[in-house]
Amino acid sequence: MTDRLPGFATLAIHAGAQPDPTTGARATPIYQTTSFVFNDADHAASLFGLQAFGNIYTRLGNPTNAVLEERVAALEGGTAALAVASGHAAQVVTFQALLQPGDEFIAARQLYGGSINQFTHTFKSFGWNVVWADADDIATFERAVSPRTKAIFIESLANPGGSVTDIEAISAIARKAGVPLIVDNTLASPYLIRPIDHGADIVLHSATKFLGGHGNSIGGVIVDAGTFDWSRDNKYPILSEPRPEYHGIKLQETFGNFAFAIACRVIGLRDLGPALSPFNAFMILTGIETLPLRMQRHCDNAKAVAEWLSNHPAVAAVNYSGLPGNRYNNLARKYSPKGAGAVFTFSLKGGYDAGVDLVSNLKLFSHLANVGDTRSLVIHPASTTHSQLTDDAKTKAGAGPDIVRVSIGLEDKEDIIADLDQALRA
Amino acid sequence: MNHDTYDDSYIREILNGVKTIAMVGASPVNVRPSYFAFKYLAQRGYDMIPVNPGQVGKSLVGKPFVASLRDIDRPIDMVDIFRNSEAALPLVEEALALNPLPKVIWMQLGVRNDEAAAKAEAAGLKVVMNRCPKIEYGRLSSEISWMGVNSRTLSSKRAPVPTQGMRLSLNRVSVGGGGTNAADRAARNKNDPA
Ligand SMILES: Cc1ncc(COP(=O)(O)O)c(C=O)c1O
Repeated sequence: MTDRLPGFATLAIHAGAQPDPTTGARATPIYQTTSFVFNDADHAASLFGLQAFGNIYTRLGNPTNAVLEERVAALEGGTAALAVASGHAAQVVTFQALLQPGDEFIAARQLYGGSINQFTHTFKSFGWNVVWADADDIATFERAVSPRTKAIFIESLANPGGSVTDIEAISAIARKAGVPLIVDNTLASPYLIRPIDHGADIVLHSATKFLGGHGNSIGGVIVDAGTFDWSRDNKYPILSEPRPEYHGIKLQETFGNFAFAIACRVIGLRDLGPALSPFNAFMILTGIETLPLRMQRHCDNAKAVAEWLSNHPAVAAVNYSGLPGNRYNNLARKYSPKGAGAVFTFSLKGGYDAGVDLVSNLKLFSHLANVGDTRSLVIHPASTTHSQLTDDAKTKAGAGPDIVRVSIGLEDKEDIIADLDQALRA
Repeated sequence: MNHDTYDDSYIREILNGVKTIAMVGASPVNVRPSYFAFKYLAQRGYDMIPVNPGQVGKSLVGKPFVASLRDIDRPIDMVDIFRNSEAALPLVEEALALNPLPKVIWMQLGVRNDEAAAKAEAAGLKVVMNRCPKIEYGRLSSEISWMGVNSRTLSSKRAPVPTQGMRLSLNRVSVGGGGTNAADRAARNKNDPA
């Protein structure tokens, strides 16, 4: 007898949540508490020793956050997840579990500007060395592999360039190199792309964006696919070697196919400390309940806007992989058939100045540094999110000086288009 | 039978059905995984028997150690093997000499012996390999989900507050079924390292 599998929308509403044991509350309560009482000394000791299931202290875990974790793990098809304070915290905690000082990881150049910064400067101070590769030229990943390589990092749909990454091709390189593939799935969300189905071993989210979806809460999630054997050649001592502070238990031996998520919690979250507020977890959970509906509307609106822009005489180019003729259109059809996301860029014939004018003339679009809100958003990456990069790196990341980035919201598409129309005319 | 992935219904039927569990290789050292798996299952209402010839005369959470399966004075439903994979074959042979026969051979996380499994199945026993009954029980009852583990189950019923000795309901709606793409890939990666 095989179990029946509920669909994505059912999981988005139910996974991880259950009526509260004491009150029967149906919505997930916000367990706004720092700590949880122990039954007795033995219970306390077994919780601290990772021997029993239960709550200790909200830096290590919280029942509201746990619902969010299980929900995202279920939507991504992973074995477990960990919620943290931001998308960037998810990245630090992930790499801390994998890298020792002097180690390398390979990352696609086509990344959110903040991630490029984090990898280039702050990670270097930990002795973690990023080696850049080009997602448009898969062979560059193969050439970047060295004996010190510990992981490969890509975005599924890349911010801001609107490129689509060939996850399966890069996963094959990761597998051959014996390292995990980490995919930042922020811009696609699991509604559009489930990277684990294409070979990812770890999936990361800035839950700040489409998962939360309402522009009100910063958060991040790490999903363990349960696919990687951390003990095969002792390249990942945090997972394969005895942990002195936990009485010598080995995390992979004890926790099997969700050991990575546990390592991120009981080492990275415990010691680096970027815990997510239960209130933010609640807001993000509420957002996720409508993820499939919102994400489809985001995509449909974005496609309509991209089509309209590509026929506008003032527009030089529209970089939206959902348009036929776009260089990523085939990859978008393969990996993201329900739609190509809602974040894309375009350039104006009037160059940098026309871009700056457009941003200031818009009345419905908000000029701010975020994506994945109900509201339509606009920004000029070269002078903001990507301003710390060199001109060459800006262009390679899809954020050259003439580029405007939009994140299309859930307003009526006629109103979104009318706002662009008036701003381009003004 | 495929031992890379198991349907939740298969695991659920086993954990709902068995009462008496002999854990071979149980350790009295309270930081070993076998100790805390034993203790957890005892707290969830199973009749647990620790088997370890080096520990006879001692007890584990109040249950006296026995030297071997033969020394157990009552019928056992399940043998949980907390030893290395090579030890599983002679242990299965020993289990198959018991009367009445146990119903289930369970090999712990990291323990897999296909020859032993085939022997047990030929004698009509159910076999689970490379899984932890504590994790599976915690998962199917969703008690584990404080750790962000994907229980692959759903329920709209009020969750119970677990107490000492209480059996939790394992009968939630199953989501993953066990045979997910990721689980298949994990099994392939293990069997065929690149
Ligand atoms: C693709 C991507 N990854 C990671 C992040 C970082 O997330 P956070 O701002 O939640 O730290 C962002 C934020 O813009 C992003 O767009």
